Amino acid sequence: MSDIKIITANEAAAEAAALCRVQVIAAYPITPQTPVTEELAAMVERGDLKAEYLTVESEHSAMASIVGASQVGARVFTASSANGLLYMHEMLHWAAGSRLPVVLACVNRGVGAPWTILNDQQDSIAQRDTGWIQLYCRNNQEVLDTIIQAYRIAEQTLIPVMVCYDGFVLSHTNMPVEVPSQADVDRFLPPWQGQGLLEPEHFVNLNPLILSEPRPDAQGNLMPGYMELRHRLHEDILASLAVIQQTDYEFQQAFGRGWGGLLWGYRMDDAEHALVSMGSLALEATGAADSLRTQGLRTGVIGVRAYRPFPARALAQALARVKTVTVFEKDVSYGYAGALATDLKAALFDAGISVKFSGFVAGLGGRDVAADQIVQAATDAILNEPRYGWVDVRGASA
Amino acid sequence: MAETTKGPLFAESGPAPGEAGRTGDWRSHTPVIDHEKCSQKDTCLLCWLYCPDGVITPDFPLEIDVEYCKGCGVCAEECPRNAITMIEGRKTSASPKRS
Amino acid sequence: MSELYEIIWHGRGGQGAVTAAKLYTEAAYYQGFKGVSAKPTYFSERRGAPVSVHTRMSSEPIRTYSNVTTPDMAVVLDDNLLEMVNVTANLREGGLLVVNSSLSPQELGLSGPFTIALADAFHASEAAGLIVEGNVLISTSILGPLAAASHLVSLENIRRAVAGKFTGKAKDRNLKALDLAFEATRVFRYKPSDAVSASAR
Repeated sequence: MSDIKIITANEAAAEAAALCRVQVIAAYPITPQTPVTEELAAMVERGDLKAEYLTVESEHSAMASIVGASQVGARVFTASSANGLLYMHEMLHWAAGSRLPVVLACVNRGVGAPWTILNDQQDSIAQRDTGWIQLYCRNNQEVLDTIIQAYRIAEQTLIPVMVCYDGFVLSHTNMPVEVPSQADVDRFLPPWQGQGLLEPEHFVNLNPLILSEPRPDAQGNLMPGYMELRHRLHEDILASLAVIQQTDYEFQQAFGRGWGGLLWGYRMDDAEHALVSMGSLALEATGAADSLRTQGLRTGVIGVRAYRPFPARALAQALARVKTVTVFEKDVSYGYAGALATDLKAALFDAGISVKFSGFVAGLGGRDVAADQIVQAATDAILNEPRYGWVDVRGASA
Repeated sequence: MAETTKGPLFAESGPAPGEAGRTGDWRSHTPVIDHEKCSQKDTCLLCWLYCPDGVITPDFPLEIDVEYCKGCGVCAEECPRNAITMIEGRKTSASPKRS
Repeated sequence: MSELYEIIWHGRGGQGAVTAAKLYTEAAYYQGFKGVSAKPTYFSERRGAPVSVHTRMSSEPIRTYSNVTTPDMAVVLDDNLLEMVNVTANLREGGLLVVNSSLSPQELGLSGPFTIALADAFHASEAAGLIVEGNVLISTSILGPLAAASHLVSLENIRRAVAGKFTGKAKDRNLKALDLAFEATRVFRYKPSDAVSASAR
């Protein structure tokens, strides 16, 4: 029988990794991820989790180690945040290009300079081009459930999965989480057998230099060029849209709760105005939608769960009947606008959907974002000119 | 477009006592120097040397800046003449008493 | 309309504010509040630095994690913080202020449209033997005055949360500290001049 505990998202992440029977963990501590590494290390030390815990000297080494471990067939896990995630940036590309089912928990934190230990999503958003699947969680239960789902998705698609949740906002906040039983998780997630990449009788060189043109190997078989391998990854990530959807559906069948697959809606049925966001901010936006409705603005929320692959069609469908779309996100692509806003606007354009569209950058470096602030910005965006704006910037001249 | 923010271009701070604020508030015990026992010689100054927060000025009679002293007690521990005593409480004798 | 109660806990790093808040939210869950959350706010993660925890209890799952701005209750684990932090700022009228102190409201300079509950949590914990390396642990005793002054979460459910976290002698000591503080609580109840009940919103 499952067990309801009042725990933080970090504890939930560690519980999930343990329930998934991960075999090799290599993680370097960084605020606010550190309790994940501490909890997993304690579980291994106590013998509750039979895994190799590699104490590496950096995040780059952490990812490199688990790439190696995954290549020999182990189920692996790591976690990081902000500058730690950035330190392994090169190896994120490597894991994706190697087609490995690595799962990483990203405890979202703003990146330096200047230093912050507090939350925003710039760290994971800045990795959106690495070829990883990215899933964003709105509460601690979703963190636990999504890590379990991540292994199914990764092992089926051979694409690494990053499970993202907001640092301090969720990572250190206690709330009720139902922890499933080991037996139930075992039924949902069978052991990972590996890809049989490295066999003693069969020497192979993984990831040799690939030239631009396809060329035959030593046996005369025509091997793909770099372009073909990249295209294959891209196609497979697009195809993972269905796998992400299906996995969440099957999870719901097995455990009685689902998270919407690629995206989730709140009061969207009769909505004329949509607020779009990711992670805990999307949940905060539901309170804003309730307030806006009392003002006579029929508003709903779309929470984007899968950011990569980008669920363009699903979003276009969900937003087909609204008049305004207002995006709130905790990141910005300097020199243009927030990443979610720009991706979404393009998707709506592709679908021929014309709406009054605004995008707001909010909550960088842990700046608190309350529902009231979302209401204020959204009301302005709905009633006045659409724009790209920032919420709660306090100028020196103000 | 967003409003332009005025002010510094990047984050910066300068050396100053108590960058984390008035850390004297953190104390549960306060060091008191007995100047009779203190050698009052430059050849010692072990308390000044060891103080992790640099709140002792190397001029005699020595003074401890209680605005920022965190009460770690290292000075009392290191003094070879036991001239420093950690007394309970955060207030010095100069401050108004409040229990 | 769903019920929502918000609490801000004020302490110093290492005193047990985070633990106390977590235990209380667990107890609130047992009490039947479906939505509970406890969020610490960090500046510097060091001993002695002021820390606050923002907690919520609701009949519905919590959908907000932003800072609590108008708390129903404020809990102060160290009465020295009263000079540094305005703990009653935006405390709702008819709300509850709990302070770990052996002094009176007058001596602490406290008065306002809220109930005040005072208990010497240090004394209760010391009497129960809860001293580790010279530190008196008050994460459970501070819950005593909360239970005494507020009916939102019962002492029984708080005891259940405490018993769930500790084992053996530690459990006995923590429960004893809780009980001693509960019994020693002095409540100065706010009597609003109008008929509106203090606990409704």
